[in-house]
Amino acid sequence: MSMTQSNGPFSFLYADKGGQIFLAILFGAAVLVPILNLVLPASSVFHMPTWVVSLLGKYLCFALLALSVDLIWGFCGILSLGHGAFFALGGYAMGMYLMRQIGDRGVYGNATLPDFMVFLNWKELPWYWHGFDNFAFAMVMVLLVPGLLGFVFGWLTFRSRVTGVYLSIISQAMTYALLLAFFRNDMGFGGNNGLTDFKDILGFDIQANGTRVSLFLASIVALASCYLICRYIVSSKLGRVLIGIRDAENRVRFLGYRVEHYKLFVFTLSSLMAGVAGALYVPQVGIINPSEFSPANSIEIVIWVAIGGRGSLYGAALGAILVNYGKTYFTGALPEAWLFVLGGLFVAVTLFLPKGIVGTVPSFKAMTRSRNSRSETAKTATGETDG
Amino acid sequence: MFEKLSGLLAAFACICVLSTSPVVAQDSKAVDLVQDLGSRSYSKIIKAVNGLAATGVNGVEGVLNAYLSRNLFVRKSDKRVVFAKKTDSQYRLFAPLTRQSLGTAKRSDLTKLRLNNRLRRTLRAALGGLTLRSSDPAQRIKAANVVFKAPKASQVSILKKVLAAEKDENVRPVIERSLAAAVLAHGATSKARAEAVIVLGTYSDPDVSARLKSLLIKDSAGRFAEKEPLVREAAQKALDEIAERVAIWDFIGKLFQGVSLGSVLLLAAIGLAITFGVMGVINMAHGEMVMIGAYTTFVIQEIIRTSAPAFFDVSVIIAIPMAFLVAGAFGVAIERGIIRYLYGRPLETLLATWGLSLILQQMVRTIFGPTNREVGNPSWMTGAIELDGGALLTYNRIWIIVFSVVVLVLLALVLKKTAFGLQMRAVTQNRRMASAMGIRTGWVDAMTFGLGSGVAGVAGVALSQIDNVSPNLGQAYIVDSFMVVVFGGVGNLLGTLFGALTLGVANKFLEAWSGAVLAKIFILVAVILFIQKRPSGIFALKGRAVDS
Repeated sequence: MSMTQSNGPFSFLYADKGGQIFLAILFGAAVLVPILNLVLPASSVFHMPTWVVSLLGKYLCFALLALSVDLIWGFCGILSLGHGAFFALGGYAMGMYLMRQIGDRGVYGNATLPDFMVFLNWKELPWYWHGFDNFAFAMVMVLLVPGLLGFVFGWLTFRSRVTGVYLSIISQAMTYALLLAFFRNDMGFGGNNGLTDFKDILGFDIQANGTRVSLFLASIVALASCYLICRYIVSSKLGRVLIGIRDAENRVRFLGYRVEHYKLFVFTLSSLMAGVAGALYVPQVGIINPSEFSPANSIEIVIWVAIGGRGSLYGAALGAILVNYGKTYFTGALPEAWLFVLGGLFVAVTLFLPKGIVGTVPSFKAMTRSRNSRSETAKTATGETDG
Repeated sequence: MFEKLSGLLAAFACICVLSTSPVVAQDSKAVDLVQDLGSRSYSKIIKAVNGLAATGVNGVEGVLNAYLSRNLFVRKSDKRVVFAKKTDSQYRLFAPLTRQSLGTAKRSDLTKLRLNNRLRRTLRAALGGLTLRSSDPAQRIKAANVVFKAPKASQVSILKKVLAAEKDENVRPVIERSLAAAVLAHGATSKARAEAVIVLGTYSDPDVSARLKSLLIKDSAGRFAEKEPLVREAAQKALDEIAERVAIWDFIGKLFQGVSLGSVLLLAAIGLAITFGVMGVINMAHGEMVMIGAYTTFVIQEIIRTSAPAFFDVSVIIAIPMAFLVAGAFGVAIERGIIRYLYGRPLETLLATWGLSLILQQMVRTIFGPTNREVGNPSWMTGAIELDGGALLTYNRIWIIVFSVVVLVLLALVLKKTAFGLQMRAVTQNRRMASAMGIRTGWVDAMTFGLGSGVAGVAGVALSQIDNVSPNLGQAYIVDSFMVVVFGGVGNLLGTLFGALTLGVANKFLEAWSGAVLAKIFILVAVILFIQKRPSGIFALKGRAVDS
């Protein structure tokens, strides 16, 4: 986190070696994946099937979500167990746009109402569905709805100095309340089944290879730019204050900083990013339903961050991708074992890897280096002891 | 068990001794009366019919019906009244009451009993009141209810007589209600009918309300269905009274449901309050301790079902200490194995225990299967008390309320009166000072965690009686329990009690108004907002530390 002498727009990246590698990998993927999927013929060994592209895109969305959690947990000490709510709200906003794009191609062929509303015998579109046939409006909502919820929730909690586990518990209650609400058919969001059967996005067929690759690229761009934003913030003076809040909130307050303003800013930003992740996630998996709100999902996000290494940003993204790859593998090969593995990861990481993967590798290196250097000094200068 | 059985036997014997001799006397009287039916005098026959109906002996109904359908005859040879059934050319004869066979006879040997219209009416009226005089109270209630649905004018006098003779406290009100309905429908004076309406007003069941409301309906011409203003007034007054009474009972019913839900929440949350309050540990695997308790109950019940079915009724009682021990042992193991390495890092503890809860869930799913397991209610927990307004107070819920109070009191005693409780409170207030005074804080932590988990296991026994026993049992309660603890304030039994009851009762009253799901959402939002006002709950522990 050392600040370097700043000159040039991306000076904050100079010291961030892991981040540079991370961005390079993202760039490489952005070049390689379209080539493997679109240019190479399907018969080629190196051809990447479209479902793999979508799977990778899904991982990237989770990585972005983990990044948003790492920003508040790793740098400001706010452990939100309800971040899935922001993700899901962004997803629902996108899902509503995609529902409106179906038009009269639904099962009931109703041009003005989505299928589930016809099924429930609704006569007209609820007011909050208006405007979602416009892409720009939907994108504003993708940001506005999670951002607003994050702002209100943060404003209420930080102002009254709800911290630590209390905040975790009530953020969990928040997402639980939303889960119950979205399960209701009366809410007008498809109830239990959620929103699905999407046909196209911006006029392009959502199943087509080109669309899938574009969504994948959009995910990469979103992840990379959010990473840059986060990195910029945590290396700025603002970031210093955030870290101060994480380590000793009251001292920072006594120094004259308005802690709640800093927390509110970073929490709202984080909920915006989670919303964007959700919006990119929905067209790639083709469904959004209330289970995304379940508290268990939100807690899982935290473990991605913890495994990757909190407080490093790219570690969170790495953790998200690794854990989700593991999930894909285990639920296919050994479905019984997945919860054992996930649960075991929670326990093992908190006990043995408190810094996560990216935090442990350097300290392991440092440990071996210091051991080597110590043995060298022992060889050359016998008799001298270090204090 | 044996005492109960022998008591039952004794009671049965008593009933037999008491009832046999009158029955015999009644029977012989009935036989004489049947013989009177063969009389030449109509007045004597009518007396006999009414007398028969008054005996309440079995078979009287058959006799009277046979008389109406003209199947009763007098055998010329011995003047005996018989029931005859035509088969081919002959008549087969039976004793009218018992239907014992009396051989056969030719038509010419028999004289048909006399019958006129007046007698027919008497017979019908007697038949109508007959089951009201049955010796079985359940039969009488049934008959009275039949009368209530469609009262006939002829039944008024019968009901009056029956009511005067009725001794059973359970049957009397039913007959009284039927009588009132009959008087209302066929009463001679409007005063008598208004009085009947007032009597009806003391009953709260919906049938009575419907009957009274039907009096006040206007037809298309604007005329009331009931012409007498006196009766209408009385009906309106009675309806108001009923509505008021039903509202009170309804309130009591909801209060009961709320307290019941509160007691369940209390049981689920109280262990959490201990672990969080004393140790500052958020145990996300707490719900799984509840689940383990429920599965312990299941296993014990299965063992008893297969090896000693006679003890099924006490299986739940056996399960309570067992669940406490099993869940407590899990708790101590978790504390020693994981949590003690994470003290001072509450967020990490939260994650580790969450992982643990996933493992425990999957473990139970692998061992017992993912489906719901059946845990039976013992006989003393089945059934319900029905309130006047129709609300049900089920015994299992009542027992759980009692049980949660017992658990709360026991825990309070442990905390306040034992050396362990003293040490625990000392550690809560000032860990380092307690350690300096020679308290083994590590041991206290392990025991506290074991205690909290054990109580969760006991909660599982209770929950197994009202909820499905499945691997997700704990998950269903974890958010609610956290709400209770956060709302009531941590480390404080009184706060937990208050939080649980408030949330339970509020939930049930909201539920009636908005539906179950919305009620729950309202409660969650209310708690979230409440935390803003009092960040450490209603009963916050007072301390001087800035960072707690």
